[in-house]
Amino acid sequence: MDEKQQKLLEHEKQQRAQKRKYLMISVVSVCVFFFVWELITGILHILPDYTMPSPVKVLDSFIKKFYTKTPDGEILPVHIITSLKVSLFGFFLGSVTGVPIGIMMAWHPRFEKFFRPLFDLIRPVPTVAWIPIMILWFGIGLGAKAAVIFVSAFIPCVVNSFAGIKQTSQVHLWVAQTFGASRREMLFRIAIPTALPSIFTGLRLSLGSSWMALVAAEMLAANKGLGYMIYTSRSLGRADLIIVGMLTIGAIGAILSYVLGIAEKRIVKGVSR
Amino acid sequence: MEHNAVKQILSCRDVSKTFYGDGKCTEVIRHIDFDVTENEFVVLFGPGQCGKTTLIKMLAGLEECEEGSISLENEKITGPRPDLGVVYQTTALFPWCTVRGNIEFGPKVRNKDKKETRKRADHFIDLVGLKGFEDSYPKALSGGMRQRVGIARAYCNDPRVLLMDEPFGHLDAQTRYMMEEALENIWQKEKRTVIFVTNNIEEAIYLADRIILLTNRPASIKQEFKIELPRPRDYVSPEFLKLREIITQAMDATV
Repeated sequence: MDEKQQKLLEHEKQQRAQKRKYLMISVVSVCVFFFVWELITGILHILPDYTMPSPVKVLDSFIKKFYTKTPDGEILPVHIITSLKVSLFGFFLGSVTGVPIGIMMAWHPRFEKFFRPLFDLIRPVPTVAWIPIMILWFGIGLGAKAAVIFVSAFIPCVVNSFAGIKQTSQVHLWVAQTFGASRREMLFRIAIPTALPSIFTGLRLSLGSSWMALVAAEMLAANKGLGYMIYTSRSLGRADLIIVGMLTIGAIGAILSYVLGIAEKRIVKGVSR
Repeated sequence: MEHNAVKQILSCRDVSKTFYGDGKCTEVIRHIDFDVTENEFVVLFGPGQCGKTTLIKMLAGLEECEEGSISLENEKITGPRPDLGVVYQTTALFPWCTVRGNIEFGPKVRNKDKKETRKRADHFIDLVGLKGFEDSYPKALSGGMRQRVGIARAYCNDPRVLLMDEPFGHLDAQTRYMMEEALENIWQKEKRTVIFVTNNIEEAIYLADRIILLTNRPASIKQEFKIELPRPRDYVSPEFLKLREIITQAMDATV
């Protein structure tokens, strides 16, 4: 028994070592990326500074941007908060309407027959194509952007909630029926729990697309926000700030989806993913 | 009314069923007629795909009778109801509920008292031998254990009749023997009227008070066998093997 215990410990140790090794590889990957970048810009000057600044320069601009309003009129935190506010608002609207509509479409055949044609018509329209009409309707304030983001968040929510409910097993419904569940109870106790992983997939995709739609919307119609910052920096030839904006957008997107992932783990139980 | 002590609980009167679809009619059940007495263990035994599952679904009220009628204590079965419990072929457990959640599902839907439900659930968890697994999710359980949960779940709802549709059909042979023994045990402790569907002859003889042999599709009753061997039965006793031979012969004549 002692020997087995020993082997178990040995095995666990090996697994930890393996994990460390993989982590190292990831760290090295990032380091190499930055090193190559620095090499071709800061050290060898293969690319001119105004098209591709060095990472050191980008970091410098990033820090400075926290307290400098030039050239776009706002400091970085203001841009971030503006963008987050709009995109989370649009995402919230899109998901609180999209998820129930997707569920209803899957659960009530008549509802599906009514909404399906409309939905199939709207679905292929790219988010960006909504921007001009939204500007006409809502101006360039919060309204137009929120509306564009709403559309881009709404669609994945509907699609995935719908697909999730459709996965409900007939046998599970029979079980519930024999236990005396009403149709309403079957929806809440059987169909929605079945669909939950899929609903979360929808939310994750929505969050992603609303963040992307935001940047597109801000490039066309805004006076602050990360998209606006990038766009203004382009017209001023500030590549460093463009990259600062891009990296900030990437980092915040990753954080948002990570947070949603944690929520999902808490809520979705017993289903292997 | 009959005068003997046994009480008739379920009756299946001249039931037939045809499915219509894909441009053809498929007759699955033809004039099936039988009665079940209280606490009797009846096995519906027949070849695969013969319509046994359809029959179970009709008994459970999940499928309408086309002709004839099925009644529970002289009351016609018109739809699914809590006093007809069903244990399904494949795992019909809810993967998002723990073992306890699954077992307590029925009483919860019917808004039973929480404390009472918990006690009942504990009792049946213990009875099927799942103590210590209350908070596990189905994905963490073996096939045999999942069917134990299925049985406990049906029992916990306190049905008058338990319908079992090949509950051990997907288990390996060894687990299957174990589960047959476990079911026998549970049934001895908590007597219930059981209608059990199988295509495994040993399982049928091991468990049944009475075997109803069905023909191939359309299913109709070929012959009935009363099994009066003392319980628990021995799979290799001469009487067991003799019965097995008799039923196998009757079955061969069916196909």
